[in-house]
Amino acid sequence: MESINLRNPKPFTWATNDFSQVPFRVYTDPEIYEREQKFLFQGPTWHFLCLEVELPNQGDYKMTQIGDAPIVVVRDENDNINALVNRCAHKGSLVCYKPRGNVKEFACIYHNWTYDLRGKLTGVAFSRGVGGKGGLTQEFKHNEHNMEKIRVEICRGLVMGTFNEKTPSFTDYIGTELLASIDRVFIKPLKVLGYHSQILPNNWKLYVENNKDSYHASLLHVFHNTFGVVRPTMGGGIKLSESRWHHLSYTERTEIKDDEIGKEKVRSLNDQYKLADPSMMKHELELGDTITNSIQTVFPTLVIQQILNALAVRQLIPRGVNKSELLWTVLGFEDDDAEIKELRLKVNNLVGPAGFISMEDGCVGGFIQKAAMANVDAKTVLPMGGVTIEPSKGSRVTEAAVRGFWKGWRECMKL
Amino acid sequence: MSSISKIDKNLPMRLRIEALIADYSHCIDEDQLENWPSFFTEDAQYRVFTRENYDLKLPVALIYCDGRGMLKDRISALRTANIFEPHVYCHMTSAIKFLENENDVQRIKSNFTVIRTMSEGDMTIFACGKTFDTIVEIDGMLKFKKRDIILDSRRVDTLLVVPI
Repeated sequence: MESINLRNPKPFTWATNDFSQVPFRVYTDPEIYEREQKFLFQGPTWHFLCLEVELPNQGDYKMTQIGDAPIVVVRDENDNINALVNRCAHKGSLVCYKPRGNVKEFACIYHNWTYDLRGKLTGVAFSRGVGGKGGLTQEFKHNEHNMEKIRVEICRGLVMGTFNEKTPSFTDYIGTELLASIDRVFIKPLKVLGYHSQILPNNWKLYVENNKDSYHASLLHVFHNTFGVVRPTMGGGIKLSESRWHHLSYTERTEIKDDEIGKEKVRSLNDQYKLADPSMMKHELELGDTITNSIQTVFPTLVIQQILNALAVRQLIPRGVNKSELLWTVLGFEDDDAEIKELRLKVNNLVGPAGFISMEDGCVGGFIQKAAMANVDAKTVLPMGGVTIEPSKGSRVTEAAVRGFWKGWRECMKL
Repeated sequence: MSSISKIDKNLPMRLRIEALIADYSHCIDEDQLENWPSFFTEDAQYRVFTRENYDLKLPVALIYCDGRGMLKDRISALRTANIFEPHVYCHMTSAIKFLENENDVQRIKSNFTVIRTMSEGDMTIFACGKTFDTIVEIDGMLKFKKRDIILDSRRVDTLLVVPI
């Protein structure tokens, strides 16, 4: 038994030194939420900010967040992409308050302090006062009052940001094997087809775990199992980064052997269920393989999704201890022809807040959040596939990647 | 319980369309969802967009149904496949405005609000926005040939399973 005291004196214990038991308190405790902002979201982690293709022109900006921190990401006059904490160095107002746009400089609306696209303070209104009175004194140094700039790396069109100087480069962070999985999906220039936002009635970590939990996919989701997108008996596997923080779960279209799954009598396998119009389930093999489902996570809150021909990145924003917001950027390729465009619109019925698959991930976290309150010192267990955190080929009936998430979480949180 | 009204064909078109929208709302709100596809033509489009995507001219919808088959699948999935906490809607429609009328095709827009009540009793304004309809007459009955529903908010609380 390892016991750790937070600033809050409530004892916080892990049952074991492996990562297979998690106290419910991590989903409910405001002190932990606060610590996550500093140690995890502003710790040695990379966060999705936007796609490079969303900022095509110099001066294009987009508002986003890393944890609770508001961020503005902008393409400057030298075509560099910068990320700034969206807070004026004066009174701390948001500098940008419209979600996206194009600007020559940033000007705070409150007192008209101005910044260039790198966040450097360029002007203070009435800095010399009026009529020789008021204004700034000699002591004020402009270069000490810039907007806070954070580190940015662009990888395969993903604009990533980190607050921490010690975060390794993004490619070292995820490793070559998982980098190759990003390359597999982002094979051509991307096109944004739209956005969704889904408010999840649960702590952010429950949604991240859900993405890492390859065990649930064919059990919760009828559409995965019944229509052969993800069945435990299909091929595929789990890949894990060396750090175990990041994962890929994938399923390959193979001949389905139903013997084993038939014995389980799972709710989600319903061979009587047929679609009146199955055209949305058509899978155009466009990525050079027969993978039907590929869910990749980048610790802590990015998901790269391929479900048949539905491509997206998902970014998770915590909204307090009991709530989170899932932001979807739905993707196609620049060179999509009319037929595949139409197919993508149809297959996107599977995902997003109204998605035949994804809607269920929207409610299941809320079910845990409600039940967690029964006893926050009790623990959830992650026994599937043992207690190790190892990749696997074939079976996805494992919680290895979820345990990998907790390894990353505890390493960042120092808990 | 709701059924599709036998609307007097000789009534003015505005009254017939108001009756169609009333029948449609009661059909959903009273959980007669198996009737819902019959409000549409065989080749109808039913799409739910957020205003954000609509204004940015981005094509992805929350729900995209092209043809009555896909409408039926929305209902069969809700009944037999999908997992969600039970809830009911109350639709409120107002400000019906006639846009164009050519060759007996009516184009209208209207405002809507949907209040969602969960089985435990929590009530929220789940959605509000505008509906753009294209309505045609088939065998004496008015049907939606196209329904585009534009949600004012970019956010959906938890999930959208019952159609709007």
